[in-house]
Amino acid sequence: MKNIIEKSFIKKIDRRSFLKSSSIATTGLILGMHVSCTPKPGEENRPAATFEPNVYLTINEKGEITIIAHRVEMGQGIKTALPTILADELEADWEKVSVTQAVADEKYGDQNTDGSYSVRMFYMPLRKAGATARLMLEQAAANKWKVDVSECKAKNSEVIHEASGKKLDFGALADDASKLPLPAEEDIKLKDESEFRLIGKSTPIVDLKDIVQGKAKYGIDSDIPGVKYAVIARPPVAGGTVASYSAESALKVPGVIRVEELETPGFPVSFTLPAGGIAVIADNTWAAIKGRDALDVKWNDGENATFDTSTYLKELEKDAKSSGIVKRDNGNVDLSIKSASKILEATYISPHLSHAPMETPNALADFKEGKCEVWAPAQNPQLTRKVVAEALNVDKEAVTINITLLGGGFGRKSKPDFVVEAAVLSQKCQMPIKVIWTREDDLQLDFLHSCSAQYLKVGIDDNNKVTTWNHRSAYPPIDIHFNPKAEIPAMWELSLGLLDMPYDIPNVRCETVPTKARSRTGWLRSVSHIQHAFAVCSMVDEIAYARNMDPLENILDMIGADRNIDFDKLFDGYANAGVPIADFPWETARLKNVVNLVAEKSGWGKTMPAGSGMGIATHRNHLTYVACVIEVKVENGKISIPEIHYAVDCGTVISVDRVKSQFEGGAIYALSGAIGEITFKDGKVEQKNFDTFRVVRMRDAPTKINVHLVKNNEKPTGVGEPPVPTIAPALCNAIFAATGKRIRKLPIDLS
Amino acid sequence: MENYSLNINGENTKVEGVPEDMPLLWVLRDIVGLRGTKYGCGKGLCGACTVHLEGQAVRSCSIPIKFANEKKITTIEGLSENGDHPLQQAWVEKNVPQCGYCQSGQIMNAAALLKANPNPSEQEIIDGMQGNICRCGTYNRIKEAIQSAAKKEM
Repeated sequence: MKNIIEKSFIKKIDRRSFLKSSSIATTGLILGMHVSCTPKPGEENRPAATFEPNVYLTINEKGEITIIAHRVEMGQGIKTALPTILADELEADWEKVSVTQAVADEKYGDQNTDGSYSVRMFYMPLRKAGATARLMLEQAAANKWKVDVSECKAKNSEVIHEASGKKLDFGALADDASKLPLPAEEDIKLKDESEFRLIGKSTPIVDLKDIVQGKAKYGIDSDIPGVKYAVIARPPVAGGTVASYSAESALKVPGVIRVEELETPGFPVSFTLPAGGIAVIADNTWAAIKGRDALDVKWNDGENATFDTSTYLKELEKDAKSSGIVKRDNGNVDLSIKSASKILEATYISPHLSHAPMETPNALADFKEGKCEVWAPAQNPQLTRKVVAEALNVDKEAVTINITLLGGGFGRKSKPDFVVEAAVLSQKCQMPIKVIWTREDDLQLDFLHSCSAQYLKVGIDDNNKVTTWNHRSAYPPIDIHFNPKAEIPAMWELSLGLLDMPYDIPNVRCETVPTKARSRTGWLRSVSHIQHAFAVCSMVDEIAYARNMDPLENILDMIGADRNIDFDKLFDGYANAGVPIADFPWETARLKNVVNLVAEKSGWGKTMPAGSGMGIATHRNHLTYVACVIEVKVENGKISIPEIHYAVDCGTVISVDRVKSQFEGGAIYALSGAIGEITFKDGKVEQKNFDTFRVVRMRDAPTKINVHLVKNNEKPTGVGEPPVPTIAPALCNAIFAATGKRIRKLPIDLS
Repeated sequence: MENYSLNINGENTKVEGVPEDMPLLWVLRDIVGLRGTKYGCGKGLCGACTVHLEGQAVRSCSIPIKFANEKKITTIEGLSENGDHPLQQAWVEKNVPQCGYCQSGQIMNAAALLKANPNPSEQEIIDGMQGNICRCGTYNRIKEAIQSAAKKEM
């Protein structure tokens, strides 16, 4: 396996400088590694390499091993996965390993936990680090025993001299090891994969026992003496401003101590800026909520006052059917469509979706003496630190961001607006303040996944071959957050399943349409793969019926011969999830393999009872190849899902159980996106809480979700987002198989 | 503003100077300092705040403190002495949690369910757990863990 991380190094840390920069007091071996990666196109603002170590491993004289987790845990298991990689190479006894969550600091390299790339980015650097420490411990033992290091082997936190049977614990060797020079790069030998004891197994997450006992600390559980609680009335319409309010009424509520007005930034807004409004600060959350109810705020709704998703979607649909800006153009679509014997045309509609993590946005900030300490469930620690410092007008060094566990993130907590609110209020009031969003706040002012319209026109020739593919996609650009002048989605957005349409069709044109956002929008688990895959995978199924072919047979035929698709040559600017396509090629053989595997495991083609059907969809995303079969039963207009099968090729698997759990949960998250929606009327979100924002509950959940992992030694790729895109199209394809009714609009409505 | 006397996890706890309509959830979290019980919706729609009131599973976000006065309350922190309630063990065995935020409420709801019906059918579990949302989507493992705990206790 080729190491994809070019800029990485390992550095020994002297104890004094380590103690200066870390709260962990220890003696023994301390290793720091520097790892970094090439930023994604459009994400050059990600932290660049600094020449400080950023991942720490310490082994003290008792043999206790501490690994600092620098990425953010939100249910994906990364706080456990990355340390197991290091511990495996180190030959550590996992029982002796403890994991500490890092604060926000550039010295840790990239901490922005999104885009399904934590394992991909850090797999090799962490293995190298573990192997380096292992070799140093072996060398320390060899020196002690006066034998050659090749005779000493680390195993389960001991070094063993096989010939004599001598053994020494890592703790007994740590101090000696720390005095050795770092081994030369060529002397560091990675374990053979057959020797893995943690990688590829299923290590339980480190917080498991705390979670089931209610001891795990999320952002909302942060507490410091003297903390006050803030609830904010924010403009309900994006870009709105305050017209009037009654601070007096709010202050009459027992427990309310202050009312503060916060600046409203107008529209469009960056995801780093709070929405502004009126904050009510109280002795407890309930008093703050009651105080806010009493504010009697009147708003100027501003330019989005008439925003209505039903008319907006009609406009998008019209735009998608007209003409667009061409981003991929191969062959000659206009000419080939003229010679088609069959033409398929369809528009696929998908709604706004809310992240709605179970833990609503919240943050605790304590500003005093020019410094601010924050506790927050933030997905992007360093950006949070930066924007908090900017908002407070202090140096970044004056801001400490402690990262808690996240009660779900899904992309919502990448946006640090809610942390800025707490920091600004703490500075204004000179007291520690915890800001809590109610669920109503969360749904009203989420950075929503945007609704979209996808128009597709496909031509099939006399030989029953698909010769023409024209896809036109309309939704507002997320790029607006990074580039205020953006009118169309950036290439990284369009590269998520639209431009990298992999089917072997000679004439292909993919287009986008300028669209203006009218609400706060942003990225949600799997981003624009959601709408692109819904359209592409649905149309592929429609093609199967038009060609009079079995959907599975059709997919395999449309994928065509085994090859690596060089999208760089088919259009300019392919993002490939931020990595060069030479490093992570687009391999049709791997796509075909997951399609065949899911077909075999699901018993594709078996006879289904009346009202039941199977649907298939396949989609590569975040460099992972996924195929999905859903079995659906439709009774009296009601859907139930007896079974889902996924076949997944995500390369090397770190934790089998956590990869499976991501797919089990991702299926359910995506199903919520197929049955629920956020709609706007008069500029305001119509759904107030979980009574009207429909999400999957246990009774809606598939009875069984089977995850079949392809076993190989390919480089590890993402698993957090890849479960999502195939679900809605596979389900709609299954509904078509069961009922003959083609669903082209989400949420699914069978009435 | 009133004073209340609660029995929380076997301990008598005085809560002074809170309004009668303050939900038990915020009393537990902000006043008493027991934060294992989570806020999720504030309207009794998601189950994250589930505790036992006199042995019954209730949504603490929707129980005004005046209705909890002089009553016995059990929270996730008091479900078992050492975190070894059969459900907590089953949750660990099945690696149920992902982010884990809703799991206190899930476990408390399941504990009341099993107390009332020690051997529930699959459908009874689904019906009984219907009020508890998990956005990470751990439902199938929750179901398996409840079945496994029920089996062991039989």
